[in-house]
Amino acid sequence: MSDRSSLVAASASRLQPGPAGRKPRRMLSPRNIMLYGTLLVAAIYYLIPLYVMVVTSLKGMPEVRLGNIFSPPLEITFEPWVKAWSQACTGLNCDGLSRGFWNSVLITIPSTLISIAVASVNGYALANWRFKGSEVFFTILIVGAFIPYQVMIYPIVIVLRELGIYGTLTGLIIVHTIFGMPILTLLFRNYFAGLPEELFKAARIDGAGFWAIYLRIMAPMSLPIFVVAMILQITGIWNDFLFGVVFTRPEYYPMTVQLNNIVNSVQGVKEYNVNMAATILTGAVPLIVYFVSGRLFVRGIAAGAVKG
Amino acid sequence: MTNTSVSIKDLSLNFGAVSVLRNLNLDIRDGEFLVLLGSSGCGKSTLLNCIAGLLEISEGQIFIKDRNVTWEEPKDRGIGMVFQSYALYPQMSVEKNLSFGLKVAKLPQADIDKRIARAAEILQIQPLLKRKPAELSGGQRQRVAIGRALVRDVDVFLFDEPLSNLDAKLRSELRVEIKRLHQSLKNTMIYVTHDQIEAMTLADRIAIMKNGVIQQLDSPDTIYNAPRNLFVAGFIGSPSMNFLRGEVAASDTGPIFVSDTVWVSLDGYRAGEALQPGRKAVLGVRPEHIAVNGETAELHEAVVDIEEPMGADNLLWLKYAGQTISVRVNGARRFAPGAKVRLGFDPSLASLFDAETELRI
Repeated sequence: MSDRSSLVAASASRLQPGPAGRKPRRMLSPRNIMLYGTLLVAAIYYLIPLYVMVVTSLKGMPEVRLGNIFSPPLEITFEPWVKAWSQACTGLNCDGLSRGFWNSVLITIPSTLISIAVASVNGYALANWRFKGSEVFFTILIVGAFIPYQVMIYPIVIVLRELGIYGTLTGLIIVHTIFGMPILTLLFRNYFAGLPEELFKAARIDGAGFWAIYLRIMAPMSLPIFVVAMILQITGIWNDFLFGVVFTRPEYYPMTVQLNNIVNSVQGVKEYNVNMAATILTGAVPLIVYFVSGRLFVRGIAAGAVKG
Repeated sequence: MTNTSVSIKDLSLNFGAVSVLRNLNLDIRDGEFLVLLGSSGCGKSTLLNCIAGLLEISEGQIFIKDRNVTWEEPKDRGIGMVFQSYALYPQMSVEKNLSFGLKVAKLPQADIDKRIARAAEILQIQPLLKRKPAELSGGQRQRVAIGRALVRDVDVFLFDEPLSNLDAKLRSELRVEIKRLHQSLKNTMIYVTHDQIEAMTLADRIAIMKNGVIQQLDSPDTIYNAPRNLFVAGFIGSPSMNFLRGEVAASDTGPIFVSDTVWVSLDGYRAGEALQPGRKAVLGVRPEHIAVNGETAELHEAVVDIEEPMGADNLLWLKYAGQTISVRVNGARRFAPGAKVRLGFDPSLASLFDAETELRI
C-alpha cells in the first residue's frame, strides 16, 4: 500500500503548472442558457393549459365566474369531477361520462388486442417468409395508410349495414382493427426484419415451423415493439372521435364523443369547471399509458420503426 | 457410394438473373472435415445454406447419407448448423436453447436431459446451463451454439464462419477445440471460412471457391505446395506467393525460366507437361522457399527494402528484377534496409503457371 501511494504522490509531483485533468465547464455558458432556456419555454408552453384545466376543475362556479383563470382555487371542491363522471347530461341521459368510459374500454381493448395479434403475424410473415408477391402485398398495405379516412367512411357504412353490424360495438371494433393494420404491419415487419436472420435460420434447423418460430422465438424477443404498438393503438382508438360518432349509436358512444356532447351542450349554463374535469378524465387514460410505458415506447420506436 | 456423406450434383443457384453457384459438384467423404474457403461473395456461405436447406436451389441435387434431400426441410436433413453470430435465442437459458429443437421434435424429456448432459460435458458448459446468452462471453456463446448442433445427434455439422466474431486469442483456442471435437466425434463437418489459417489447420480437404466455382479441392498440403492455378496460389499463403512473369527457355543444363534480366533453373521442377521453350509463364515462389545468402543462394542480387521482424521469423521485402518480393527468414537474421543480398530458388518447391490459362504447368 505504502509503495503504491508513494508512487501516486511521485506521479502527482511530476505535473507541470497549467491545465491538468478534466476541463472545467461553467454552468452558465451561452450554450447551457440557450439549451435549458428553450426547454423551459417549451415545457411551460405545454404545461400552462394543463395547469389552467386542473385549477379550474377544482373551483366552484362562483369562483370560475370571477375570471381569474390562472389563480389557484380559494376553496378546493371535487364536485365538478363527481358531476362530470356521474351526473353530467348528454342528450337524454344524465349519467355523466361513466357510460362513455366503459364504452371506450369495451371498444379499445378488443380493437387493440385483435389488431396487434393480426398485424404482428402479418409483419412476421412479410419479414421472414417472403412469398411470391409479398413485396407487392406490402406496398398495397402501406398505400392504404395514406388514403384519407374520409374517403372510406361512406363505403364502410354500407358494408357494415349489409353485414348487419352497423351501429354496434362489433362494427366499430372491426373498423378500428382494419384501420390499424397498415401502420402496425409496417411497424412489426420492420422490427422483425431488423432481428438477426440467423436466429430465424437456426430455428428452422431446429425444426420449428411458422407458428412455433413466431410464438416461441420472435414474439418473446419483441416486447418493445409490442408495447409501442399497444400505446399507438390504445391512444389512437381512445382518442378517436370520427369513427365513434359515425359508426355507433348514442348508447355506444365512446368517451370522446360524449365529452364533446357535454362540453358543447347548448342548453343551460356553461359549467367550465365540469367541462375541465370531464376533459381531464377523458385524457387520463392515454396519459397514464404514456407515463407507465414511456421508456419502453422510446426504445421500441428507436429499434423498430427507423430501420427500413 | 456408401463412403460418401454429402454429395452435391450439378448444383446451380440463381437469384433472378444473377448466377451465384454454377454447376457445382462436390463429394464429401464420411467423417471428413471439409473447409469451403474463399473471399466474401464467392458463394461459400450460399453453398452451405443450400446444403442446410435454408436456400432453395435452382438446379441439381443434394444427397446426404445417400438420401436425396433436395426437397427436404432443414430439420429432416440430418444436419446441425453453427452460425457466425451464434444465433442463440436471447430469451431462453442455455439449457432451453439446447433443448428447443428436441422439444419441437417431441422427444421424451429423459432423452432430452441425457443429450444435453452429454453435449454439456463434451463442451464443458455445465456451469452455464442456467444462464441467458447475454450473460456469456463470445467464446462461451459459440460453445453453446456448437452444443445446439451437437444435441441434434446429426450426421453432418455445418459451420458458417463460427470463429469470425471472436478475438484472435479466443479464435485460436476454439479452433483447436473444434479440431478436437472432430477427432473425437468423427462426424462429417463442412466449415465455411475466409481465414486461411483456419482452413489449413482444420481441414482434411479444402475447397477454394471463387465466383461460385470451386477452383481446387485438395488436401491443405497439396493446395499450399501445388496450387492448381494462379488464383489459388495467390489466395493461400500470407504474405502471398511471389510471382515473376517471363517465359520458359532451354539451356545446357535443362529448362530455365527467364524473366527480365534474370533466369532461374527449372531443374527439379515436377512439371505436369513438357516445358516447351518460348512458352509464356509465371513463376510462383513462396516467401519461405527463397534462400538468402545461403549455400543454395545463386547469383540473384536483390536489395533489402523493408524489414518486418515478427519474432519467430523476419519478413523481408526486397527489390528484385524490377519488382518487390517478400522473403521469410529466421527471426534471428536481421538485415538493414539497403543491404545487398543474394537469393536462391529451389525449383522443386516453386510453382509454374501458364501466363494465358493461369493453370499450373
